[in-house]
Amino acid sequence: MSVPPIIGVLALQGDTAEHLRVLDGLGVPGTPVLRPEHIDEVHGLIIPGGESTTMAKLAVRYELMEPLRKHVGEGLPVYGTCAGMIMLADRILDGIEGQQSIGGIDMTVRRNAFGRQTESFEAQVDIEDTDGGPLDAVFIRAPWVEAVGDRVRVLGKIAHGERTGRIVAVRQGALLATSFHPELTGDTRIHRLFVDMVKGQA
Amino acid sequence: MSAQNLETATVANANTAPNSAESTVGTTRVKRGMAEQLKNGVIMDVVTPEQAKIAEDAGAVAVMALERVPADIRKDGGVARMSDPDMIDGIIEAVSIPVMAKARIGHFVEAQVLESLGVDFIDESEVLTPADEAHHIDKWAFTVPFVCGATSIGEALRRIAEGAAMIRSKGEAGTGNVVEATRHMRAIRSEIRRLGTLDETELFDAAKEVRAPYDIVKEVARLGKLPVPLFSAGGVATPADAAMMRQLGAESVFVGSGIFKSGDPAKRADAIVQAVLHYNDPSVIAKVSRGLGTAMVGINLDDLDETERYAGRGW
Repeated sequence: MSVPPIIGVLALQGDTAEHLRVLDGLGVPGTPVLRPEHIDEVHGLIIPGGESTTMAKLAVRYELMEPLRKHVGEGLPVYGTCAGMIMLADRILDGIEGQQSIGGIDMTVRRNAFGRQTESFEAQVDIEDTDGGPLDAVFIRAPWVEAVGDRVRVLGKIAHGERTGRIVAVRQGALLATSFHPELTGDTRIHRLFVDMVKGQA
Repeated sequence: MSAQNLETATVANANTAPNSAESTVGTTRVKRGMAEQLKNGVIMDVVTPEQAKIAEDAGAVAVMALERVPADIRKDGGVARMSDPDMIDGIIEAVSIPVMAKARIGHFVEAQVLESLGVDFIDESEVLTPADEAHHIDKWAFTVPFVCGATSIGEALRRIAEGAAMIRSKGEAGTGNVVEATRHMRAIRSEIRRLGTLDETELFDAAKEVRAPYDIVKEVARLGKLPVPLFSAGGVATPADAAMMRQLGAESVFVGSGIFKSGDPAKRADAIVQAVLHYNDPSVIAKVSRGLGTAMVGINLDDLDETERYAGRGW
């Protein structure tokens, strides 16, 4: 792709603006996605952090869930952070009754696994597929990945401390998900990886 | 480097990165990051677990647990304090979205209690009776993030200097009258724009004028926004109110008495959630405004004595 791809950021709820700001900094055109027809106009989609139960409810209520599933099924590259990771999970633990997800990544994600806000934290994460050493990562009422299927590649685990070894970054084909929020730290490596995925270069 | 780009870099540099191996809780990034996650979402006042469930089902991003909504605090009079821990526990049990609770201005022990209960955010709120006439809570001392009310840029920046991770307009809570929230949003946003036009020398004077630390004044001038999310609160009662606050620059809204003092709370809650999302689309606001039943009656502010106004509380 010679022209830069357009990357949408789901705008139902959460820190959509922060992801758009990172994309802008990388010189990649970004656009908020709020209506089903917006999805047709993008080459890749980011599902931001936020409250996953609220986001899922609104996606169903405003008829975005089915179009999102359809596009994921057809191979649209999607990157989910935190709530976005939960949205991409085939199976959710500790969700609300009947919580829906888009699905697509063969994994079981435990919602709020690290605890409530007073237990939210920063930690270093070792990430495959990126250069430059471990990432400083911000976890906010964050999920972790409890189990993955054969097709899922684990990209990142917490590197130190009591939470060492928890899976917090995964990839399956065109789908990427992290428990943490690279949009909050100024470290653009994960976003650059996703842009390369959208371009078909990673 | 574009302004947006700079902003991302600032957030990264302004805050302490974890120093090596240890993971850390309660950092500025973790607190402000939590506030960022609430954007585009509606935070609703609830007084019972049942109301909390209704709010959650309607699409609230968080609930504010309190004993009485501001309209009732007004009616009842007397000293308004932090809620009973049993009541807050009940609401934490009832929902899985984040739970906020209010502490009195300056009452750091109420805040300590709320933090120990595991609430996700504390509102140091003028709706409760202030506990200190000179000092707000030192919010840096806490792991839990705080939101504080403001009527002007100076007030907003003093609260941020004390560690607030989110600012909301004060409005005039419990009145169902949006006029004060409008005034505060316009004042804060217009002052932010003005700071952006000043040169380095003028910014020193501006900091003195608004009685806020120079570093934060300078940061706001450079970013063209507060370094934390700005929400609106106080008197929001209808979908159109909520959409107007967003068009005035609020990143989302708190709705206090407006929902559960209305005829059909579930429907009104859903309507306000939609209005916050589609705030630039009058056809959506029109659609969700139909058949909502009675709004809360509301109070004309001319009928409120100065001493009955909450917005003047805080320093």
